[in-house]
Amino acid sequence: MRNVVKRSEIDISEKQAAAEVVLRLRGITKVFGSLVANDDINLELKSGEVLALLGENGAGKTTLMNILFGHYVADSGSIEVFGHPIPQGSPHAAIELGIGMVHQHFTLADNLSVLDNVMLGTEPLWSLSSNRRASRIRLEKLGERFGLQVNPNVRVAELSIGERQRVEILKALYRNARILILDEPTAVLTPQETGTFFETLKKMVSGGLSLIFISHKMQEVLAISDRVVVLRDGRLVAEIKTADASETELAQAMVGRNIELPERKALKAGESVLKLKSVTVKAEDGRAALSSVSLDIRASEIVGIAGVSGNGQTAIADLISGLFEPQSGTMELHGEVVNNFTPRNMLRKKVGRIPEDRHSQGLIGDMTLAENSISECYREPQFSSYGWQNHLNRQRFAENVVSKFDVRGYSANSPVRLLSGGNMQKLILGRVLSGNPQLILANQPGRGLDVGAVAYVHEQLLVARAKGAAILLISEDLEELLQISDRIAVIHRGRLSETFPRESISIAQLGLLMTGQQKSSTTNNQSTEADAS
Amino acid sequence: METSFAWLEIFLNASFWVAAVRIATPLIFGTLGEVICERAGVLNLGIEGIMTIGAMVGWMAVYQGAGLWSGVLLAAVCGGTFGLLHAMLTVPLGLSQHVTGIGITLLATSLSSYVYRLILPEVSSPPRIQAFEPLEIPGLSSIPIIGEALFKQTPLTYFAFISVIVVAYVLYRTPVGLAVQMVGENPAAAEAQGLNVTLIRTGAVVCGSAFMAVGGAFLTMSAFNAFFFNMINGRGWICIALVVFASWRPGKALLGALLFAAFDAYQMRLQQLVGTEIPYQIFLMMPYVLSILALIVMSRRVGYPQALMIPYRKGER
Repeated sequence: MRNVVKRSEIDISEKQAAAEVVLRLRGITKVFGSLVANDDINLELKSGEVLALLGENGAGKTTLMNILFGHYVADSGSIEVFGHPIPQGSPHAAIELGIGMVHQHFTLADNLSVLDNVMLGTEPLWSLSSNRRASRIRLEKLGERFGLQVNPNVRVAELSIGERQRVEILKALYRNARILILDEPTAVLTPQETGTFFETLKKMVSGGLSLIFISHKMQEVLAISDRVVVLRDGRLVAEIKTADASETELAQAMVGRNIELPERKALKAGESVLKLKSVTVKAEDGRAALSSVSLDIRASEIVGIAGVSGNGQTAIADLISGLFEPQSGTMELHGEVVNNFTPRNMLRKKVGRIPEDRHSQGLIGDMTLAENSISECYREPQFSSYGWQNHLNRQRFAENVVSKFDVRGYSANSPVRLLSGGNMQKLILGRVLSGNPQLILANQPGRGLDVGAVAYVHEQLLVARAKGAAILLISEDLEELLQISDRIAVIHRGRLSETFPRESISIAQLGLLMTGQQKSSTTNNQSTEADAS
Repeated sequence: METSFAWLEIFLNASFWVAAVRIATPLIFGTLGEVICERAGVLNLGIEGIMTIGAMVGWMAVYQGAGLWSGVLLAAVCGGTFGLLHAMLTVPLGLSQHVTGIGITLLATSLSSYVYRLILPEVSSPPRIQAFEPLEIPGLSSIPIIGEALFKQTPLTYFAFISVIVVAYVLYRTPVGLAVQMVGENPAAAEAQGLNVTLIRTGAVVCGSAFMAVGGAFLTMSAFNAFFFNMINGRGWICIALVVFASWRPGKALLGALLFAAFDAYQMRLQQLVGTEIPYQIFLMMPYVLSILALIVMSRRVGYPQALMIPYRKGER
């Protein structure tokens, strides 16, 4: 089975010999339906190099790497690894040739142990026993060597996101990966975790690995890579040595057009719109708890909530959406205590909601744009009377939303699932803003959107703010928060910090608060290292 | 006074325990087979039909002159074939596992009757065969009650107990068992580690279905010694519930099957005790009511395979 390349022969010392080409992609093209995901891409990776693959969402980065790792088969083009052509469509062959991949959405089984996840596929399938002891020792040694300590015996479900990523990397290292593909590895990490993660990457490079680092964050690409390749609309549009690259140059190449960032004018905040007073919520159904959360948002103000996902953001959003009521504490809208926590009551009180997950919470994919556009207000007399729908008004309303909010590509009578993420978000924005909400809950409004769409969403939120709406912006993207918020609070383990005016707080300070620290004394890695020993 | 404790005395009677273990045997095979399928992420509602096929084929083979063990083997092969059909439809084609499974059950059940009538068109009551005889394990069988219950059974019952141990070992201690678990938990992860998800899922369904068919064969080759229409009588569905009760673990599957069988054996004896004062259907209901109650209690904290009933299509996000 292991006769394809004798990796043991490629010794670590060989790395210094020359910057030999370890990976060569030639003319890779992949078409999905009418979408050209990759268009004649040529790429080389040299030994010991960190190559950054930069591009917006949907530029074709992940598709390219999935072809390389054998998840997809390219329509044309060839791949060579260490001078050997690689059969496409077989992750097994890719692994045998020394390619490892750290997937953006981790490929781990939550109910199995770390060791099980790592060992899977490493032993002959039909052997009658399995040498778990030797594997455990080998895994622990690897962890020590690269600073990736994880307890091999715990179930993956019990690990933090950062630790799961370590397991994902260890899986590749365990199988002697020489080329490691990292797909948006920092998306799930706090700024501090990203720092330690970059240290690990450096250790891996000095240990002889070559890395492909996929990202859409320019600062990270500039910090870690040797060379940058920019993809746009499936084409390779730029290839630059990182030392010669500038942020503006890369941004230009990545977006291919000028994006005007929305301008945020100073506004005087008005009366209090939403007031949470020591709200406490029990953890339930996989939702984190809230303990004694207090918050005040006024008209014409955007208040941002920063935090690593899973620290209580969903609970705050669900509470304000009216999905459940708090165990203790009160919520006031315009100075009036809310007693009836139902989504319908919240809508009646002019709370607009942009949900976290467009697909599962925001829209119904198989229903049309028109139907989705009135899904929150279909009971109003203009859309229904005596139990009958008014199709004409619905159609007019939907067409108005579509043109006003620039929803492109499909007519009002097409199913929503055909829309791209950006256009889905525009439709939701249109639905929310047409109701003239006085409080807008924007939960991760920019997630998964390209730069242009994000700018549009931000602009619309700022317009609503200028009209006097109070906006609660929940986001894991600190730059997004700093761009449009007036004040920012940080949530950690269900506790919400005080709010800081955005002028007086930096990304580094927010990062510390996100890990639950007030001062920079220790890092939170220590506890996990103690667990692993 | 004597009669008031008679309901307790049933437990002291060795024949009760012998019956419980005998009734449990087809359930052990069926549950074990279903555990294997579901661990790999495929719900197999074809179980009822596959057990019927196993019962018919094993018995018919022996009636036509085959040896007893050849009959069992043939039943397993036929069960595996229907498993392969189920796997082909649900794994590479990704069809609904519910609908396919019910289809397999209907097909296999009708086909069993059809083949039976085709071969024996004139017969009014099904002929009996020379079935498996109880096999006493010397020494162990002389232990009071336990010895009789566990060590005076037919060979297929011993085979069921051994199968539980073998399946548990393979599932938890060998690479192929880990692979089966992984394709049921996260097929994308299995593929990212270089495994062929389709092949492993298909293999697990075929293997699990073979076990189910042997469970059916037990009924005609060790218990009733003949094939009747509708003889599986919902045992397959009980196995589906027992899998949940067992939280997808082979060891607990054995326990669950024994527990259910004990209820069943008990209610039969209780019927005789009470006589006609209470309609006997109440007693027939009892094991099912208890199994529903047990399910409610047990399944509150089960960790079912995460990818159960989710078709996996390569290259799809």
